[in-house]
Amino acid sequence: MKILVCISNVPDTTTKVRFVENNKKLDTTGIQWVINPWDELSLTRALELKDDPASGVTSVTVAHVGLAAAEPTIRKALAIGADDALRINAEPSDAFYVAFQLAEVIRTNSFDIILCGIESSDHNGSSTGGMLAELLDYPSVSAISSLQIRDGQVGITREIDGGKETLTLPVPFVGIVQKGIAKEPRIAAMRGIMMARSKPVKITEPVSVEAFTEVLEYEMPEPRAACKLIDPEDPKQLISLLQNEAKVI
Amino acid sequence: MSVLVYTENWDGEFKKLSFELVSYASKVAEMLNTTTAVLSLGNVENDELMKLGKYGAQKIINVRGDVFAVLDNQLFSTAIADISQKENASVVILSNNNTGKALAPRLSVRLKAGIASGVSRLPISIDPFVVYKRAYSGNAYAHVRIKTDIKILTLAQNSFEITVHECNATIENQEITLDPLLVKTRVNDVQKQTGKVLLTDADVVVSGGRGMKSPDNWGPLVELADLLGAATACSRPVSDEGWREHEEHTGQTGKIIAPNLYIAIGISGATQHLAGVSASKYIVAINTDKDAPIFEAAQYGIVGDAMKILPRLVEAVKEMKSK
Repeated sequence: MKILVCISNVPDTTTKVRFVENNKKLDTTGIQWVINPWDELSLTRALELKDDPASGVTSVTVAHVGLAAAEPTIRKALAIGADDALRINAEPSDAFYVAFQLAEVIRTNSFDIILCGIESSDHNGSSTGGMLAELLDYPSVSAISSLQIRDGQVGITREIDGGKETLTLPVPFVGIVQKGIAKEPRIAAMRGIMMARSKPVKITEPVSVEAFTEVLEYEMPEPRAACKLIDPEDPKQLISLLQNEAKVI
Repeated sequence: MSVLVYTENWDGEFKKLSFELVSYASKVAEMLNTTTAVLSLGNVENDELMKLGKYGAQKIINVRGDVFAVLDNQLFSTAIADISQKENASVVILSNNNTGKALAPRLSVRLKAGIASGVSRLPISIDPFVVYKRAYSGNAYAHVRIKTDIKILTLAQNSFEITVHECNATIENQEITLDPLLVKTRVNDVQKQTGKVLLTDADVVVSGGRGMKSPDNWGPLVELADLLGAATACSRPVSDEGWREHEEHTGQTGKIIAPNLYIAIGISGATQHLAGVSASKYIVAINTDKDAPIFEAAQYGIVGDAMKILPRLVEAVKEMKSK
């Protein structure tokens, strides 16, 4: 079984974002770029499955739509254990554009399981995985918190509003992954980093397609009012403020 | 042209989220000078369907069928796309919950319609169609233009006020022919959380962090939540340590919530945590460290030890309720 993990290159999650060019573009000065956290969870689970011979997973490939500047993020994925990578050499302009490019490379390379994170921490779109599944006419399961493979059978747990469902489905499919599927992301060891240098990264040029959406500008959230401090000896005062001033209890 | 809203049902019933969606959709329809239709898939009684009419829907499209008992993304998105086309919908609105996230992108490809997900306000303009949405995990907001003829919006939960707007809605029963072979997923087991307020639905959330010091100290926090009719939540280190279930983790990679009141106990308020809770209307912080970033996000705060303050809060709420 072959797994493809689609990865997005995002600013480190502790970044205080700022914008330039009349708030149209992210100020990339000093930003550390990382694998999108949910994509990293998907990759971690894919690698755990590959390490377990009973899963029948033979390879883990990562795919990324982005320019050469994303190479360090791709190398990191290879350093923690992915076998090879595909990079579609294009600016990832929106979710549809990215999904369209990914669908194109998946049609020419066959995979059994395609994993995507449930959202990216930059655009918070939650769209690429589902769009990809529809473009390929594959089934999809979203909000996956557990993925098991035994004897070629895939078992999935997904989160629903107020509960969990366990289900099975045939390959190929697109799995859209949330928290819970894997615990700690792997940290690249020196040996992995050395090996990553010689692992293949196949670069392909994009196919022509129009994005569905565009970001016109960004704005910062409104600052909150200053915090009203309450005497720790008198928590009754807090309850009274919540009841009479904020009127939320 | 019309605005179409899809709402799921929970064992044949709708909830706040459904009414919020309809309220939002009818306001969007007003901006576009058109009507609102709501789509329900599955077995829901007419009395329940009529509830949707209270919030501005003119038409309630009801497609029954046992096949909709569990969510299959291909089946549901085919059905919604089919109805959207029949209704000539120019805007399709879903929730930004797990179901909406599963279906909206598939619909987008089917209808060649751009998506803006997690919108929390009415569109900024309708020609061009520009919406306001969360970006960089709540550290910024983006003005997104949707360039396609049909637009799909997913509405952030608890972001829009429910407004009663009676429209004498009519129920229209429709049938759709769907290929049963379309369903590839087989659900074997469903575990539902019972008797607890759902974190994503809750008006009040009481949340604990590392400052709770041990999984054994959660008693008064749970008691406070019960007294307030609140859901319980936790920060990431707490769920990573296994002190609480990961379903309770609120934050960037956990649940994104927007309750009226979020009480953060022993939570320092790292960027990643605030990303999940910053849309809360009021935040209360209880922390020993007066310089903790949570106090910058909070409107009310107590600097002090949660272990000492929690029991006093419990007493104060009991006293309030006895009055």
